[in-house]
Amino acid sequence: MFKKIMVPVDLAHTELLKPSLDLAADIAKLYQADTCYISVTANTPSSLAKTPEEYAQKLEAFAKEQGQLHGQKVSSKVITSPDPVADMDDAILQAIDDTDADLVIMTTHLPRRLDIVMPSNGSKVASHTDVSVFLVRHSD
Amino acid sequence: MEKNSPNANSDKDAPVSDGVPAPEGPANLIDTDYVIGQDNVTTRKFGLDVDLHGKVFTISSLLVLFFVFITLALQDEVEPIFNAIFSFLTGNLSWFFLLAANIFVILAVALIFTPMGKVRIGGAHAKPDFSYLGWFAMLFAAGMGIGLMFYGVSEPLTHFGTALGGTSMENGVRTDWAPLGAAAGNQDAAMSLAMAATIFHWGLHPWGIYAVVALALALFSFNKGLPLTMRSIFYPVLGERIWGWPGHLIDILAVFATLFGLATSLGLGASQAAAGLSYLFDIPNNNVTMVLLIIGISAVALLSVLAGVDKGVQRLSQLNMVLAFLLLAFVIAVGPTLAIATGFFKNLGSYLADLPALSMPFGREDANFSQGWTAFYWAWWISWSPFVGMFIARVSRGRTVREFLIAVLLVPTLVSVLWMTAFGTTAIDQVINDNFQGVKDAALELQLFVMLGQLPLTQITSFVGIVLVMVFFITSSDSGSLVIDSITAGGKVDAPKPQRMFWAIIEGVIAIALLLGGGLTALQTAVITTGLPFTLVLLVACYAIVKGLLSEPRS
Repeated sequence: MFKKIMVPVDLAHTELLKPSLDLAADIAKLYQADTCYISVTANTPSSLAKTPEEYAQKLEAFAKEQGQLHGQKVSSKVITSPDPVADMDDAILQAIDDTDADLVIMTTHLPRRLDIVMPSNGSKVASHTDVSVFLVRHSD
Repeated sequence: MEKNSPNANSDKDAPVSDGVPAPEGPANLIDTDYVIGQDNVTTRKFGLDVDLHGKVFTISSLLVLFFVFITLALQDEVEPIFNAIFSFLTGNLSWFFLLAANIFVILAVALIFTPMGKVRIGGAHAKPDFSYLGWFAMLFAAGMGIGLMFYGVSEPLTHFGTALGGTSMENGVRTDWAPLGAAAGNQDAAMSLAMAATIFHWGLHPWGIYAVVALALALFSFNKGLPLTMRSIFYPVLGERIWGWPGHLIDILAVFATLFGLATSLGLGASQAAAGLSYLFDIPNNNVTMVLLIIGISAVALLSVLAGVDKGVQRLSQLNMVLAFLLLAFVIAVGPTLAIATGFFKNLGSYLADLPALSMPFGREDANFSQGWTAFYWAWWISWSPFVGMFIARVSRGRTVREFLIAVLLVPTLVSVLWMTAFGTTAIDQVINDNFQGVKDAALELQLFVMLGQLPLTQITSFVGIVLVMVFFITSSDSGSLVIDSITAGGKVDAPKPQRMFWAIIEGVIAIALLLGGGLTALQTAVITTGLPFTLVLLVACYAIVKGLLSEPRS
């Protein structure tokens, strides 16, 4: 049913992402789909990497590790942005087109009152794309 | 805190293999064990995430609250103290500001022509994040916008008046405000001198100040891997000590200067815009109007800050560029077009010819001019340079040093020459040829509108003028909030959104408090006095730039 799964990740919070990572591994195995792990990162040095290139290397290593879990083909993609917090949704939407994904599996927080002012990334992505989106809720 | 490999991951649960090497070749990273965000406090309060540098945020906030409090409560005691410090600085230390600014300009211009200009910000393979037009619009809006609107008419006129009036002496000391040797009774020479002096204040020197800070920050962040904060500039001089108190102090001072610089200019700007609205549309010029203006400007800035650099700040800056260009083209077309066209080259020539004398730090006879105008401006802009420099650095990744310096130094200077020529010549022309004294006699904030009142389509141009002023305030507020957010988050540009909202709102709140309680000018004076310590910071930045560039591979 699905040929290409896209999983947005944030390497600083991989513990929080475990539900969606496990789910992505399961679905990849089930449909023998390729998985692409993407990340939106700042172009300035961050706590994980001093340059975007270094972050890309870390993401690639992460993707390979995930690949060992589900045995399917993996790839990774880093999108750099001067303002990742604000550009997150559009970067993810663009990445969906760039990777030709037909399923996005992403972690999102529970619906909150603050969502009126600042909607969660997941809901914005889900309402602006044609591909299937699986929002994995996690409690904070 | 134990640190093992140079790339120690702060998240111990990450399944990433340790010791992934940093990429080699394209950029020369500084090998430090410091992990960006390691001094941050990350919690969740009231359903909102926070990610703040503990010491910098706490101390800057306390300092801000303290200063707002004493200015509101003890205004009469505090104001003379600020004024006295300020007079001392511009009086006794004007040579220091002028000399330092000359160093910045000479360094920036020289770098364009050296092979070091080929170094690319972000490493040899970095690509620019923005188009030329978007990038340039943001540089300009961050650096200058508002000043050109108000001083574009008033400064040429003022210098013209003082130059024409000639020099006056008392006990062997000059008491007039004319630049250099004045030009008593000679209209052409007075106009030349006035334009040269004005362009001097809005040309190479202010942009040289911003360029030096921006370049240093960009190099040490994008190329060397240090966090994007003021303290990183000091790495070549202080080394690992920048992670401790010396670094905290620099960052705290930067937050103080930026936050109060923005709040005071927002407050003063609101009063200027209110005066303009009252003159043009008979809207009552009282506190209610000004508070509403501040709220309106802060609200739009808030939306812009939430939309981010690309969709918020950039779009507003581009809007401003378009409106400013339209207004400029209009003034050139309906004003004394031939005089403006020839004036552009003539004024550029006068500027370059008078530049050595105007920028001379020592032996100045024109004390009032060199201290009251030049040193004042330099101190003011040096106090703004952490903000402007950091913002320019943030949006300049992917450009070569040469591209960067041409766009930050030379292009804005030429734009300023054109703008000042157009508005200044039109205003002076109205005085000389039409014998119209209205502009000269009007209050500073109204002079632009009175001048436009003499040209056709006044309602439209004045409206465009007011919109331009307000949007320039909005772009200052939003880019400034992003800068403060980044410094107080320890150099992270991806701190949670509520934080940047907080800064945008608090600027407006402080502006309103000072507007209603009094003390805007007093605090602005306090901000300008931070120009002294920052001049030292910028001199270190010059050294850091050269040292940093020498160790970078060329593009």
